[in-house]
Amino acid sequence: MSINASGWKPNIGDGQGDHERPSFTGNRALMLEEPLIFEIGDTERTGVDLADAPAANAVDRLGALLRSAPIGLPGLTEPETVRHYTRLSRQNYAIDLGLFPLGSCTMKHNPRLNEKMARLPGFADLHPLTPIEQCQGALALIHLVGEWLKALTNMPAIAMSPKAGAHGELCGLLAIRAAHEARERAGGAARRTVLVPESAHGTNPATAAFCGYAVESIPATGDGRVDLAALKAKLGPDIAAVMITNPNTCGLFERDMIAIADAVHAAGAYLYCDGANFNAIVGRVRPGDLGIDAMHINLHKTFSTPHGGGGPGAGPVVFSQALAPFAPLPFVEKQGDRFVLVEEETAQAEHHGDAFGRMVAFHGQMGMFVRAAAYMLSHGADGLRQVAEDAVLAANYVLRSLEDVLEAPFAASGPCMHEALFSDEGLADGFSTLDIAKALIDEGFHPMTMYFPLVVHGAMLIEPTETESRATLDQFIGALRSVAERGKAGDPTLQQAPIHAPRRRLDETLAARKPVLVWREQPDAAVAAE
Amino acid sequence: MSYYYTRDHEWISVNGTSHDTIATVGITDYAQAQLGDIVFVEAPPKGTKLSKGGECAVVESVKAASDIYAPVTGEVVEPNRALEGEPALVNSSPEDDGWFFKMTLADSTELEGLMNAAEYKAYVASL
Repeated sequence: MSINASGWKPNIGDGQGDHERPSFTGNRALMLEEPLIFEIGDTERTGVDLADAPAANAVDRLGALLRSAPIGLPGLTEPETVRHYTRLSRQNYAIDLGLFPLGSCTMKHNPRLNEKMARLPGFADLHPLTPIEQCQGALALIHLVGEWLKALTNMPAIAMSPKAGAHGELCGLLAIRAAHEARERAGGAARRTVLVPESAHGTNPATAAFCGYAVESIPATGDGRVDLAALKAKLGPDIAAVMITNPNTCGLFERDMIAIADAVHAAGAYLYCDGANFNAIVGRVRPGDLGIDAMHINLHKTFSTPHGGGGPGAGPVVFSQALAPFAPLPFVEKQGDRFVLVEEETAQAEHHGDAFGRMVAFHGQMGMFVRAAAYMLSHGADGLRQVAEDAVLAANYVLRSLEDVLEAPFAASGPCMHEALFSDEGLADGFSTLDIAKALIDEGFHPMTMYFPLVVHGAMLIEPTETESRATLDQFIGALRSVAERGKAGDPTLQQAPIHAPRRRLDETLAARKPVLVWREQPDAAVAAE
Repeated sequence: MSYYYTRDHEWISVNGTSHDTIATVGITDYAQAQLGDIVFVEAPPKGTKLSKGGECAVVESVKAASDIYAPVTGEVVEPNRALEGEPALVNSSPEDDGWFFKMTLADSTELEGLMNAAEYKAYVASL
């Protein structure tokens, strides 16, 4: 009789294998060590088969630009190239892999329906100089998204072209500056200062400075909101605008917004609102009702278009009646059944001669408009309202589930909006927010936003968005609770985290002090290769 | 040598208060501890005119970039070149080798509005 001729006799073992023994390759099963592309390719190989260049002819045409020595670009075959980038991509974290709790970023799911619509050739392959008569569908779509945004904000005018949030801020401030310059031409005094709260996005003061304004900050009250009295005290004939983020970066709704708007307008200034956090109030609050003069809307946050390496942003700006005449060109207008593009040649005739100019050469991010339109139409008005409600509910669930283990500085201020904010108070001596963030990597989550906003020490800002299920939130809360408890107990292994990531904790100080920005061939490696 | 301190955590040291006194400016030990590892210091070049309370230098740590404000009015006579190659001096010796720049004193009475060492210590304790 034949007894197990194959020799296959698995030893199940106790499941407590030796984790520390390094493999021959340095790989850990599916976690593959991948060198730089310069280190795997060599200059003797190529993945393509090109005909030899007609050398004599090239010399004639390139003159002094002719290369005198090889530049050492790596040559790789197609499978080597594909594998290199696929391996690198496996070390990445993405919203398609799990919860992405970056506060202030609204990392929500990007519905596949959006992607399908954006790839329709009629939208995707359109040239920006296509004659108006041949791209009526695209103009109709831009107009549709603009009308939705105007309705959702109750603002009468919109600029669709800004390419991202900060670009939208710039657009808003340029319109405000144009309005002030028009007043100056009518004899008004110049205004040189923009007020920005301490808890503002860092781009706000940068935008104001870029527009040539001096920036002064407004302090926050103890409950994390703009200090109305301090704001009123700073208002005066030199103030051009006040920039407020609402909901703010502490995750709180600015309750005094109408009083702020009244005070700003009484002082002859304009109110800019950073709408980056619109996701928390879309369908529930119309910023136009609060007296806002200009606000950008991040389509790549609230309306689910990809961002964070996944795609370009889009930051349309809505304007009040007062600023509408100064809004930039071009914009889409519906005339009867036809859509037209109001540009420089037609602006005067269309009574838009005060437009401050253009933000971009063409129309903005068409692909993002298609995705946002797909999101709006598939959700409907009621669906968008529920987006805001669910996003706020999820953030409050995180806040209340963790406030017993992590210090929540504004927990007593009432419910938060779209994001939960914690501080590093209560962690053991020598333990920091950075340790918590690094340990979350070991737990398989992207870390939260850390050390922002600046008004909270060791801030941890968590925005779960409406995307996540209760089960996912519970797993994340459990992981963060476990990590926080280790931080409070002073568990020294926490300071070693991440332990399971492809790389351990990097020396950020050394990287900043002695950055290596250019790859250079190591002399000894070159010798070894020969 | 007398040290004076601002509420924004700069220190200024002077030897006497005559019109040709040269003062030295830096950030306090408390400030460097709060900032963490300093990775870059941009000190004002020689000849820069400073006015009290105005931005005069930038210090970057791993955590944040922060503005430094001139504690008094005057003119920069010498930035600390050693910080260009070794910003860590601000961490290891904030109130000595890690000085940012030396400056003239336009109005020595401005020093009177600043805190002395004991007052600054009490101020930091209250934060």
